Amino acid sequence: MSPTREDQHWMYRNMVTSRRFEEAIAKIYFEGKSPAFNMANGPIPGEMHLSDGQEPVAVGVCAHLTPEDVVTATHRPHHQAIAKGVDLVKMAAEIFGKATGLSGGRGGHMHIFDADVNFACSGIIAQGMGPAVGAALSRKMQGKSGVAVAFVGEGAVNQGGWHEAMNLAAVWNLPFICVIEDNAWGISVSKETSSAVANNTDRAAAYGIPGKRIEGNDPYAIHEAAGEAIARARAGNGPSLIEVETYRLAGHFMGDAEGYRPEGEKDALFKKDPIPKMRARMIGDGMASEEELDRIEAEATARVDAAIKFARESDDAAPEDALTRVFAA
Amino acid sequence: MTKSNERKLTIARAMAEATAQEMRIDPKVFVMGEDIGPLGGVYGNTRGLIEEFGAERIRDTPISETAFIGAAVGAAQDGMRPVVELMFVDFFGVCFDAIYNLMAKNTYFSGGKFKVPMVLMTSTGGGYSDGGQHSQCLYGTFAHLPGMKVVAPSNAYDAKGLMTAAMRDDSPVVYMYHKGLQGMGWLGTEAGATVHVPEESYTLEIGKAKVVREGKDVSIVSVGMGVHNALKAAKTLEAQGVSAEVVDLVSLVPLDRETIRASVAKTGRLIVVDEDYMSYGLSGEIVASVTEHDISVLKSAPKRVAFPDVPIPFARVMEQYCLPNPDKIVAAWDEMKAA
Repeated sequence: MSPTREDQHWMYRNMVTSRRFEEAIAKIYFEGKSPAFNMANGPIPGEMHLSDGQEPVAVGVCAHLTPEDVVTATHRPHHQAIAKGVDLVKMAAEIFGKATGLSGGRGGHMHIFDADVNFACSGIIAQGMGPAVGAALSRKMQGKSGVAVAFVGEGAVNQGGWHEAMNLAAVWNLPFICVIEDNAWGISVSKETSSAVANNTDRAAAYGIPGKRIEGNDPYAIHEAAGEAIARARAGNGPSLIEVETYRLAGHFMGDAEGYRPEGEKDALFKKDPIPKMRARMIGDGMASEEELDRIEAEATARVDAAIKFARESDDAAPEDALTRVFAA
Repeated sequence: MTKSNERKLTIARAMAEATAQEMRIDPKVFVMGEDIGPLGGVYGNTRGLIEEFGAERIRDTPISETAFIGAAVGAAQDGMRPVVELMFVDFFGVCFDAIYNLMAKNTYFSGGKFKVPMVLMTSTGGGYSDGGQHSQCLYGTFAHLPGMKVVAPSNAYDAKGLMTAAMRDDSPVVYMYHKGLQGMGWLGTEAGATVHVPEESYTLEIGKAKVVREGKDVSIVSVGMGVHNALKAAKTLEAQGVSAEVVDLVSLVPLDRETIRASVAKTGRLIVVDEDYMSYGLSGEIVASVTEHDISVLKSAPKRVAFPDVPIPFARVMEQYCLPNPDKIVAAWDEMKAA
């Protein structure tokens, strides 16, 4: 089923919000890091993994989720966090390491946690699989509604933990969906040279569950496939596997020279940028007017600007607070 | 001391050079890991190797640490000499079974009939706000478990000699290099780690500590980045008329207790500097090595400057609050003196 007009507006709004957020972060990230690029400096230190280009996966899936549903994400989490409804202001503050951040600055960009919308992410490959399966198990055991979605990259399917979690979800028939964001690259190593099969949903057969691959980073097709998988999970019919061909328009991390990419690959990807594509389609389908989409974009920009302003103006975390929150209070 | 006209290398280049030289003379040596091929390693320590040795011997792997570290154990037992890279030591969680239940134990289990001559290279250390899954040292974790030699160079000269020694060792060697010493500008880098490195291949004895600065009032014992913090603190103390001796452990397993004890016997005072977590780790082991041997040599209670027992926080002010630094070492001396 095609996304409704309302869904499409929501999807577009969240894609644009995510893109504006990443653009703002990208610009600020380089403050204090020139002329010599040193990751330790500037208002946003540390590694930074941007999600530009991968927005369709986040919105196509999260359009079907409510705050009670559980999402685990990766080291590249901002688009999914935004689509899942994570507090943008507090997320920005966390990325700046501020006291007002989601975790008071303890986590940072790879460790975004928002309990209000059941969102968590982590920095090591395939780590979110077990926790998402566990959340699905918990819902089933408690007779509570809600599904769990683990977003992983295509490189994660070569981790042992990925297979173990898939099998567990299948053998216990849990309300779990694994969504693979196939951006073709694990840092510098291509999917082609690291994975034995081209289509990771072939692996669904190993667990006796449905698997569907979406080509072309298409938010409409992602929305449809995710809708089916999530409805199936909600109905108690067990897990599904989805793989989406998506585009990493940024480097693995900011500062990545991307010398491993074939000549011309980046240019070709930018030509397939999903945001202008969706905009054109919505207008062509009569799902939105230019003015409506302009307004959505302006609102997204304003929302991001406000979040960034809050983050910048917030107080630093107190150094000695580093010693707190190790154990439950 | 490096003279101005001598060739200086970063630790990253020293590691790559040692590996290349060994691969030229020993066809059994090969390298596996994530992004160690055309990228040359995220921290530069395999740069140039794929160009010389090709993809058969310089093998980019899938993100499958359990598989390729386990495979290295099997290949090592079958006569190869694999060098594998665990990109961040923090990632040990996904593959520790292959490391400590296989790599570390198979020599013993087989009564010495199987050898496991492999090198596990892994990056350690924080200070650049990479959060709690990309900044740990975990020296104590690895050194605690029997069956693995563990080395951690503080400079490029030692790095090259240790790398060659590790590849020639018939036992598994965990080679822990600190990101802040690699000479990668994007991580910030400690200039003192980039030193003169001879062109020719050479080995450094694994299990031998070095007195890198002589002194008579206090022994500051550390490893890796901590050695540089200790040397800076020693300079500050010198200006105050205090003569600090600095011991670079170089190897954690075997631990050169003799050198530590001899230094403390001379100075009567001990400060241990460790970027790893305080409790149940390296710093306690060093203190115990001195006190259980002869507590009478100590003129005052020993001090530890180590990472507090909390996960590594992201926010810069929090992380820097937790990390050892020269000021904390000087403060430890002040407390020791006042006691």
